[in-house]
Amino acid sequence: MKFIKDQKSDESLDLVCRMCPMHLLEPGDKLKCMKKGQVLEVLTDYDGALEDIPDWCKKCGHEFIGMDEDDDYYRFYIKKKK
Amino acid sequence: MNGAYLDNASATPVRKEVLDVMLPYFNEHFANPSNVYDIGSEIKQVVEEQRAKVANLINAKPEEIIFTSSGAEANNMAIKGVAFARQKKGKHIIVSSIEHHSVLNSVRFLERLDFEVTFLPVDEHGLIDPARLSKAIRPETILVSIMHANNEIGTIEPISELAANCKENGIIFHTDGVASVGNTQVDVNELNVDLLSLSGPALGAPKGIGALFFNKGVRLMPLIHGGIQENGRRAGTENVPGIVGLGTAAELVSRDLPGTENHCRKLRNRLVNGILDRVEKVTYTGHPDKRLPGHASFCFEAIEGEALIFMLAQAGIYTNTGSACASKALKTSPVLGAIGIRADLAQGSTVFTINGNNTEKEIDYVLEKLPPIVDRLRELSPIWGKEIPEYEKDVCAH
Repeated sequence: MKFIKDQKSDESLDLVCRMCPMHLLEPGDKLKCMKKGQVLEVLTDYDGALEDIPDWCKKCGHEFIGMDEDDDYYRFYIKKKK
Repeated sequence: MNGAYLDNASATPVRKEVLDVMLPYFNEHFANPSNVYDIGSEIKQVVEEQRAKVANLINAKPEEIIFTSSGAEANNMAIKGVAFARQKKGKHIIVSSIEHHSVLNSVRFLERLDFEVTFLPVDEHGLIDPARLSKAIRPETILVSIMHANNEIGTIEPISELAANCKENGIIFHTDGVASVGNTQVDVNELNVDLLSLSGPALGAPKGIGALFFNKGVRLMPLIHGGIQENGRRAGTENVPGIVGLGTAAELVSRDLPGTENHCRKLRNRLVNGILDRVEKVTYTGHPDKRLPGHASFCFEAIEGEALIFMLAQAGIYTNTGSACASKALKTSPVLGAIGIRADLAQGSTVFTINGNNTEKEIDYVLEKLPPIVDRLRELSPIWGKEIPEYEKDVCAH
């Protein structure tokens, strides 16, 4: 897992308290409305996202930039590639 | 047969226009909205159209509406959903002492999980003083829930002022709009609230459907876990006919409400003035002006409210004691206790709730039948005409 600090993002999705598989469905919808090269930040407290989000990025052809941790949740960063 | 149904806060008939639109969704359009094939996605589209209609009624955005099974579920979701999502920030919650049981019992449940709850007192009209709320706020306060309008005494709270107080302190504000939405204009932006509960039957929609408005920035822990319905916030296959009923009713209420409010207010005033003129020793409870347009609540001295309800029902007049839970448990109403009504007087609580279907003729029928029934019950009463001993003048306990 790649840990990063102070990553800037163009859009942010707060999915804290939301259940699986919303951590994959909502980023999918959000990225459709973003431009190629833009960065999406995803906030989630779901531990399964640690594996799911990097895998999902590979399958969908987006770049998984890395993640950061807060007290209550994780921050994932995804760059839209296509 | 003469009669008058004046218990519209308990149940209303589903409007014919609403039922007609709902019926095909029980059989002809039966598909599951989660299905990806055409007949499923068509239903999904219908659900989203209804969400927009409900949002429009309270000036919200469609994505800020979660469909629930009732107003009670919406209240539970707001209270527990926020409490569980924010418990790391603090475990203090403030509610008014006159909330509906779905709020009161939700916070009492949270007390068992080590949350602390402050129950704010109200004045003799049932109003919360914003200064008192300010004093109750602590650094660990995460949620305040104060109802928009009270179902037992009709009083409308100064929600925008109370909510502003909380916003300044980063506290989530929920209001129970079950008694108000459909009966008076409700705008979530004017009220400045983060969450608002509403119920279908108050709008002429069927029982079994309600909704929760939530500001998109509010984190809510789901109560029902499962699939991705309601964007993962409430699992369970959607009650499509109920949702269609709620959306259709919301659309009709949005169109008709200004006229309905005036009609209800006129009838309410006729009823209140008529009762106060014809019946002695009766207390009109709640705020005289800041109240729901179709709501009239009284305490008749030396009368048992349930006896009055039964005798009125024999004459075809349907009303309520105000708190079905308290009444069935042979307890006096906590709401009446909170506004300082004596325990003996609170026994004579009777609530009339008027809606757009009621007529002047019905009100006049009540005014003809009620006074002799009150007289007859007082003749049978062991306390009528007697001085109440000081020790029995205590207000009812919570």
